[in-house]
Amino acid sequence: MSAVEGMDTAHVDAHEHHHESQNFWQKYIFCEDHKIIAKQYLITGIIWAVIGISMSVIFRIQLGMPDSNLSWLKPVLGGWISETGKLDPNFYLALVTMHGTIMVFFVLTAGLSGTFSNFLIPLQIGARDMASGFMNMLSYWFFFLASVLMFASLFLQTGPAAGGWVIYPPLSALPQAHPGSGAGMTLWLASMAFFIVSQLLGGINYITTVINLRTRGMSFDRLPLTIWSFLITAVLGLISFPVLLSSVLLLIMDRHFGTSFYLSDIYINGEALPNVGGSPILFQHLFWFLGHPEVYIVLLPGLGITSEVIATNSRKPIFGYRAMIASMLGIAFLAFIVWAHHMFVTGMNPFLGSVFMFLTLIIAVPSAVKGFNYITTLWKGNIVFTPGMLFSIGLVSLFVSGGLTGIILGNSALDIQLHDTYFVVAHFHLVMGAASAFGLFAGVYHWFPKMFGRMMNPTLGQIHFWFTFIGIYLIFIPMHYVGIAGFPRRYYQFTSYDFTHKFMDMNMFISVAAIFSFLAQFIFLWNFFYSIFKGKRAPLNPWRSNTLEWTTPVVPGHGNWEGEIPAVYRWSYDYSKPGAKEDFIPQNIPYSQTLESNFPHENELIATEKEIEAQNFNDQFNSH
Amino acid sequence: MENIQQVNLDREPKAPLAMDPVKFILWLFLVSIIMLFASQTSAYLVRRAEGNWLEFEMPKIFWYSTGVLIASSVVMHWAYLAAKKDQFKQLKIAISITFVLGLLFLWMQFEGWKQLVAMNVYFVGNPSGSFFYVFTGLHGFHIITGLIVLVTALTASFRLNVHSKNLRRIQICTTYWHFLDILWLYLFVFLLTFN
Repeated sequence: MSAVEGMDTAHVDAHEHHHESQNFWQKYIFCEDHKIIAKQYLITGIIWAVIGISMSVIFRIQLGMPDSNLSWLKPVLGGWISETGKLDPNFYLALVTMHGTIMVFFVLTAGLSGTFSNFLIPLQIGARDMASGFMNMLSYWFFFLASVLMFASLFLQTGPAAGGWVIYPPLSALPQAHPGSGAGMTLWLASMAFFIVSQLLGGINYITTVINLRTRGMSFDRLPLTIWSFLITAVLGLISFPVLLSSVLLLIMDRHFGTSFYLSDIYINGEALPNVGGSPILFQHLFWFLGHPEVYIVLLPGLGITSEVIATNSRKPIFGYRAMIASMLGIAFLAFIVWAHHMFVTGMNPFLGSVFMFLTLIIAVPSAVKGFNYITTLWKGNIVFTPGMLFSIGLVSLFVSGGLTGIILGNSALDIQLHDTYFVVAHFHLVMGAASAFGLFAGVYHWFPKMFGRMMNPTLGQIHFWFTFIGIYLIFIPMHYVGIAGFPRRYYQFTSYDFTHKFMDMNMFISVAAIFSFLAQFIFLWNFFYSIFKGKRAPLNPWRSNTLEWTTPVVPGHGNWEGEIPAVYRWSYDYSKPGAKEDFIPQNIPYSQTLESNFPHENELIATEKEIEAQNFNDQFNSH
Repeated sequence: MENIQQVNLDREPKAPLAMDPVKFILWLFLVSIIMLFASQTSAYLVRRAEGNWLEFEMPKIFWYSTGVLIASSVVMHWAYLAAKKDQFKQLKIAISITFVLGLLFLWMQFEGWKQLVAMNVYFVGNPSGSFFYVFTGLHGFHIITGLIVLVTALTASFRLNVHSKNLRRIQICTTYWHFLDILWLYLFVFLLTFN
């Protein structure tokens, strides 16, 4: 706050002095520096990912090998494993719920957006820090508080929330409905309330920083696509998270104050509850108005990271820069008007259903534009297969194959058959879960040198990629078939139905693939933590990339650049430009220095360079 | 929006590339509040369309409290003009009056709740009544945060930190207070129309 508030130089001096005398707490714990906050988000996200994915392995064992003896999990799960080594069915539901909640919100929203928006926005737009370091710090610590509450709920005697990550009432509203709907649900709601606050604080900061603190010459049409994606993601969050807060608020009222927003005419053991006049469908409308944009909040940062990594490692300009921005804007706009496709089976008016179906299918258009643009960027490029690049190409593959089943599910007639089956599970895990996770991996491999000043081991990275990539497809392609066969999701076991018997081996195969992919992640964990301390020292610009973050020192200090912030004269995709000496021209090189490779219209831009240099820096340290 | 343009003019001759970040943050914050109430009111409409809806007449006191809040907004604007002209005495008086009117508004809202209870419209019961309490309660909560912002502006004006060269704090305060006023007018008209 103070960095942007003072108009007098005395204040600025005091501010700089303040930062020289940081103690341990200010430097590493309640830190306002965007790079430290990004690392805090990343490490917290990784811890949550380990917890969340471990949960999925436990319920995959239950589903694939229903006869197995789980006694070896007793030291961790205690009473949730019965004397005979069986998983408690109530805890199975809790595991499914917590896996969804943790992965969607804590890993792929906070861990992905929180890490890379924080880390890359100031570095790539040429700013000293976020607009408000204080709000940024608060954002992380609200997330931390949300994490603590959610983590604590895992240890309740009645178990954590278990009504599915979508927490539909009345299941989530009535403590009688399920053991997890008591204290576990209360903690879930409290945790999510803090999480929403955290996301709003963070998102408001991202938007403000991108719009107001760009360096000289960094016009919107020169912004890297990563920044565009973070900006659009933050806008989506700003508009949709308050709606989730709204629905959570009314649910809390129903649970704790006896109102009837979502409850009506419910009988328990033959006795009527006093609640009259509520509508459970109302909750679904409110929830999915967040829930659907949330899908894109999770996915768009991954797509932005992929654009950057693919262009850099194909040594080619991104194909269709403007089309990429337009398609992201299109996806973001459509995200708000398709929520009811999650509710085709709620007794919705079929005409309304077909309207939402139509809008849903339109999303295929901007998505296909993105898919084609990635592939045409790769086309005839001098591809460098760094681990980051492999994961980016993997993302494109998952995005396409998961997106295709989206077209099937978007049709209301087909959705009525496939709703709540494993087909849906397979679809969204490919297109949103795995694709975003691949974006996260791509980002970590690509920007690790900037974060920690060291390189990750590329061979281990490539092994990690192939194991994960093959593992993901081995899990989710068979899962589509299981879904078409009619397996409903969230069932504890399938041993008591005739039609499920012939698919038991397929279910077991999926579980084995899941365990294999889970184990492959330890390669990454080892590589990540080992490289932080012992990795090879990183050069200034290891990927020979154009964006501004590579003009900072190897490990940027507070304020990112020593001396002046560089000015920007060109877009960030001048790779392999005909006539240029090198196959990349960073954004801070003026056209007047690259006469040999300029296009005619770029020669005209030389005249504007003086103008750019004369502009105000937007330097938070000394501009005022 | 005019506030943001205002600041650009205030900061001559070094016109920055973009808006004042702190005020921009405020506007984004207002967007999130708008979305909160937009979702609440649309939930109201969706639920109302389903029938089984208790209709009741809004107690008269909400008309009066609306008047009080509009008055407070006018006084707030007077405070802003006073700060712009460096009239410190008027500034302090105006902010204090705004604060008192804000408190009065809260008290009247509370009295309104009491009258609703007297009319047998309870928080727990038909959602039409519950929504009424939630809207007024949520808005009241935001008025309390507005009062806190007012207190900070008031203490700053006593320390002579608010003057024509340092208008940011009073501008933020004014914007937020006007916003809360307009928000209440929206809720009031909404509740009158769709009772």
